[in-house]
Amino acid sequence: MINRRTFLKNAALGIAGVALPLTAFRIIDPRKLMADEAKSGEKVRWVFLVDTYKCVGCGLCVKACKTENEIPYDSSVTRTWVERYVITKDGKFHADTPKGARDGFTTTKIDINEGRFEDIKNSDIEKAYFVPKLCNQCENPPCVQVCPVGATYQTSDGIVLVDRTWCIGCGYCIMGCPYGVRFFHPIYHTAEKCNFCYHRISKGMKTACVQACPFGARKIGNIKDPDDPVTKIIMTERVGVLKEEYGTKPQVFYIGLDKEVR
Amino acid sequence: MKNHVWRPLIVTAGIVILILLARTVIVPKDFGIGERGYMYGWHRKGNEQDWKNFKVKYQGREYCKDCHSDKLESINKTPHKIIQCENCHGPAGTPDGIMHYDPDKLPKLTIDKSRGLCLRCHYPLPYPTSGRAKIRGIDPAAHNPEVEECVSCHNPHNPMEGLR
Repeated sequence: MINRRTFLKNAALGIAGVALPLTAFRIIDPRKLMADEAKSGEKVRWVFLVDTYKCVGCGLCVKACKTENEIPYDSSVTRTWVERYVITKDGKFHADTPKGARDGFTTTKIDINEGRFEDIKNSDIEKAYFVPKLCNQCENPPCVQVCPVGATYQTSDGIVLVDRTWCIGCGYCIMGCPYGVRFFHPIYHTAEKCNFCYHRISKGMKTACVQACPFGARKIGNIKDPDDPVTKIIMTERVGVLKEEYGTKPQVFYIGLDKEVR
Repeated sequence: MKNHVWRPLIVTAGIVILILLARTVIVPKDFGIGERGYMYGWHRKGNEQDWKNFKVKYQGREYCKDCHSDKLESINKTPHKIIQCENCHGPAGTPDGIMHYDPDKLPKLTIDKSRGLCLRCHYPLPYPTSGRAKIRGIDPAAHNPEVEECVSCHNPHNPMEGLR
């Protein structure tokens, strides 16, 4: 039989125990990342900025990405893609990304899979917009934690890479990524993901998608450089990240995120 | 202790030693904990360089401007100046590292002249809070559907000059 004193003591301890890990899910603070420079001595931490107001859904970023990174063009997988969100006046929500928007969006019909389409009248649209997606290069990447062989890892400048010679193709990382950015490469049969065009950014170039975007909807920057225009926007403007509640600390920041975007 | 206890123990120890020996041979020398510690940085260091050595295909318009300055000059006066040359003309580099400006090889670029390429932006989608609503568009089913390429009438490098 439990007496009142023990019950209260255990209850208090239990609540404290449950509350404690919540600090681990603290809201991402880019300022802290900047401050970390002093500790690690690392001068670069790549981040990405997407302005959804500017995106027109042309899909030229997806086309450039697939060609640049040698992802078979006609395969259904892609490292980056663009999603279309249409919310109609009856409160219903529609979203699609045909072929990852490799060929853009050239119809008002929403792709609802299996070759079926849903026609939405222009007059029914309440709001509609495009959201480009890519790897978030999380500060706490869950895909890296689950790799049993050390084939995927994070570099000192924050990019998560996959070692194709070391990957055994178990697919844990594909399951572990909350953003669904990982897939199997159709030729190498190893895990594949966006790496912010590591071969380009390490040469001082922009990523293929940033270069290909005619509207400036995509930008890449170094959060540890206070003079970087991307850093300035992230620090001073209203930006959001995807699935913050997972505690992954994603490093792709969005301007104009909406609650429907997941 | 009796023989039947020692024997399996020796066999097990042998297997463990074999595995440890095999490990020193199989695991690459540069495998270890990177800058991000054991949880996020456990990897083969050489792979970072492997990825850096990946071939760059898209060079950007700066690469084109020396030889094709006339085209750049023309397009820079039009709203199409925001579009990269390689978005339509294809990347200047190949996966084998052959560059478009390699006087001996000079691989031909495959230009995408399809209607689909233009419709990426010029199919009208009246989406508020997206830049798409502001771009002038055409209905491909009504706008000269029998013509295969938009470029047979419109000049992409100077779309405002009128029809050809």
